[in-house]
Amino acid sequence: MLAYVAKRVLYMIPTLFGMSLIAFMIIQLPPGDYLTSLLSTMADGGQNLDEATIARLRAQYGLDQPAYVQYFVWITGILTRGDFGYSFEWNQPVSTLIWDRMGSTLLISLASLLLVWAISLPIGIYSAVRRHSFGDHAFTLLGFIGLAVPNFIMALTLMYTSYRFLGQSVGGISSPAFVDAPWSLAKLLDMLSHMWIPVIVIAMSGTAAMIRILRANLSDELSKPYVVTARAKGLPEREMILKYPVRIALNPFVSSIGWVLPDLVSGVTITAIVLNLPTAGPLLLRALVGQDMYLAGSFILLMGVLTLVGMLISDILLAVLDPRIRFN
Amino acid sequence: MTKPDTLLSVRNLSIDFHLRTHVLHAVRNVSFDLKRGQTMALVGESGSGKSVTARALMRIIDKPGRMIGGQILLDGPNGPVDVARFKEGSREVLAIRGGRIGLIFQEPMSSLSPVHTIGSQIVEAVRLHRRVSKSEARARCVELLRQVEIPQPELMADRYTFEFSGGMRQRAMIAMALACDPQVLIADEPTTALDVTTQAEILDLIKRLQDARGMAMLLITHDMGIVAEVADDVAVMRFGKIVEQGPVDDIFHASQHPYTRQLLDATVKLESGAAIRALPASLTPSVEPVLSVRNLTKIYGAPSRMFARSGGRGLVAVDDASLDLFPGENLGIVGESGSGKTTLGRMILRIVEPTSGTVTYRADATSAPVDVTALGKVDLRRYHQDVRLIFQDPFASLNPRMTVKQIIGDPLVISKGMSGKAVEVRVAELMGKVGLDPLAMERYPHAFSGGQRQRIGIARALALNPTVIVADEATSALDVSIRSQILDLMIDIQKQLHLSFIFISHDISVVRYFCDRVAVMHRGKIVEVGDAETICTNPSQPYTRRLISSVPNPDPRNKRMLHRLRTDQV
Repeated sequence: MLAYVAKRVLYMIPTLFGMSLIAFMIIQLPPGDYLTSLLSTMADGGQNLDEATIARLRAQYGLDQPAYVQYFVWITGILTRGDFGYSFEWNQPVSTLIWDRMGSTLLISLASLLLVWAISLPIGIYSAVRRHSFGDHAFTLLGFIGLAVPNFIMALTLMYTSYRFLGQSVGGISSPAFVDAPWSLAKLLDMLSHMWIPVIVIAMSGTAAMIRILRANLSDELSKPYVVTARAKGLPEREMILKYPVRIALNPFVSSIGWVLPDLVSGVTITAIVLNLPTAGPLLLRALVGQDMYLAGSFILLMGVLTLVGMLISDILLAVLDPRIRFN
Repeated sequence: MTKPDTLLSVRNLSIDFHLRTHVLHAVRNVSFDLKRGQTMALVGESGSGKSVTARALMRIIDKPGRMIGGQILLDGPNGPVDVARFKEGSREVLAIRGGRIGLIFQEPMSSLSPVHTIGSQIVEAVRLHRRVSKSEARARCVELLRQVEIPQPELMADRYTFEFSGGMRQRAMIAMALACDPQVLIADEPTTALDVTTQAEILDLIKRLQDARGMAMLLITHDMGIVAEVADDVAVMRFGKIVEQGPVDDIFHASQHPYTRQLLDATVKLESGAAIRALPASLTPSVEPVLSVRNLTKIYGAPSRMFARSGGRGLVAVDDASLDLFPGENLGIVGESGSGKTTLGRMILRIVEPTSGTVTYRADATSAPVDVTALGKVDLRRYHQDVRLIFQDPFASLNPRMTVKQIIGDPLVISKGMSGKAVEVRVAELMGKVGLDPLAMERYPHAFSGGQRQRIGIARALALNPTVIVADEATSALDVSIRSQILDLMIDIQKQLHLSFIFISHDISVVRYFCDRVAVMHRGKIVEVGDAETICTNPSQPYTRRLISSVPNPDPRNKRMLHRLRTDQV
């Protein structure tokens, strides 16, 4: 088991290197750099900078160096000092910006992942065991609606409902009064009262997908001979289903950890903008639009790391859950 | 009503399956008795309703099925109780399942959970019916594993199913079924997935356990040989009805019903068929072999550089095998699973790359020999037009999304560049040759039965006028009567087309019926090559003798398997 984990961690190193290269290449791809986009914004505002100032700024930011030197400076900074560079636009170190955002992103991600599991597990099992029953058809219909409704529409609807009928302040993950307040019980409660909307919106499509996956998997497992064996032992039906086929059909649940993290960073950007969530998505979008290269590159890199870590966690859990994986 | 030695009696059991379009009467008015210490065999072909009947005794019936009538009287301490009257998930039924009736069945791989240890599954069975502590249940589990003769039971209890061999898994399954000393044991095709030698050991074990415990056994099988070896009474089932029932001797030697005769004939024919064919004239030393295999070796898992386990030398699947295949000859390769026979067949086709050794191919007497192991991509493709493969599983080897015309015509389109009408004509011709109606060529494989699908597979192999066909367990998945039809078809085709067959099988009787010469493989080595009749009646090698003596004999008056040679006797 330890050897397996060590092997997986070792394999991560070349992948990470490749990802950092790609992240850097992506932000270098569009023509121009941060200064050109800054200049065009300033020109729109009627301001003009002289050539000497521009050249000085370029040298100061290191933008006159060839790309590989820039990459080398960036990556050694990360590896040796944990320094992800400096955001031009925010005039702050990238790391401070990112850690702020990553905290709330992780919080919302984990909350929605738990919600996805909590809802889809019982419904998936029910749908598979009572296939083609009224309840199964009803959940199928709900599931498809959940898949089909765009997240941002759902977000707007919930915002309206909670504002109009519950009288809650909506948007963000805490009330304006608490934004800069230190942690306290009141702040926590306030956060929970805000969190439910984004968590439900983000979990919705994931839940629908997971119900379908579990239903299909479990239906396959239910017709396997070992189910008959377990029945023939005299196990009560409910216990039998939970102990044998569900246990084996659980694999996709665990695998979902791997893709849920990057999905939450990049996939729900629109929802995050609509709900004004302080998560990573909107910040990344702005950094890309403004060609704020260190910020954007670091985000892309961190998303890659998150994906890898998610995959690693899910692989380790899979190995714990399924001895066949452990022994191969 | 029931006699004292009758443990379980079934009266007029009927089961219907409500399908979307119609009601299928899977079991109709079935009645039989199971007696203490006796074995009742329920015989029939696949789909005859025998498994459904057996599982109904434990009230396990799959979804659309429903029991619509009949009694299942199980003898108990307070007189017989009717199992049929309890509700399906009721406490009474759960107590009977595993507690009074045990079940073992066909696929020992998939009938145990892959993610729980063997021990935990047996302990669970013990604790469901007995109030014992975990450690007592564990001790009982180890004791059971010892009874089914699993070596080092304390250690093996903590292993997973995939760490067991097929025979060991079936032993573990038996241990689980016997965990709470049931009075009735249902064995549903318990050895179909096993080799002859393992089969003999398992049947022997079941017999001894049955004698020691005085259990009644319901044995379900389609193999008349096994019936003759172990059964006391026989019921023959067809289309959900029992057509004939009686003591085993009467069934074999004085059967009344034509269907019983037909089943027996199909079995007995395979027992004695070899003399039908005169040996081809080509089998003389002056003729050059069409294929000659020299010192072929395959080692799997040669140690890789990274993460290599110390001392890993790889698994020798085939060890220094040499064979000749003459034109017009049927060469059988027999052996237990894991003996390397499939790997050898695949290396001859070069689907599996040999580690060392050569395969030489000679298309006809005049052409120059070709070294197959050195062929490039293009030449190998030409070789594959001449040497073709028929697979074991007629269900998995046909693409369900292609029509029969596309399946059979595929090699023509790919290798010959034929199209349109020409393909259709050739496919029709081929279908006629394998005994299928050419009008069915637009249909999909699911519309055909197992035997018909295997005919499609044969037609596909014949499409390019091959000289050699490698048939890997081509009849193993078929019922006995269909099996002999397919073998006759292949013999027939061979006479017409002057083909050579390499016939890989674990079924000795099939090989004896079909092959001229037989090579016996054991642990990757060819231990003996010889004339089929000699190998089957008077083998010279001890391993071959053991193998042959394990084959069940379809004659209850002459039981062979119980006098077989054991591993320790040779």
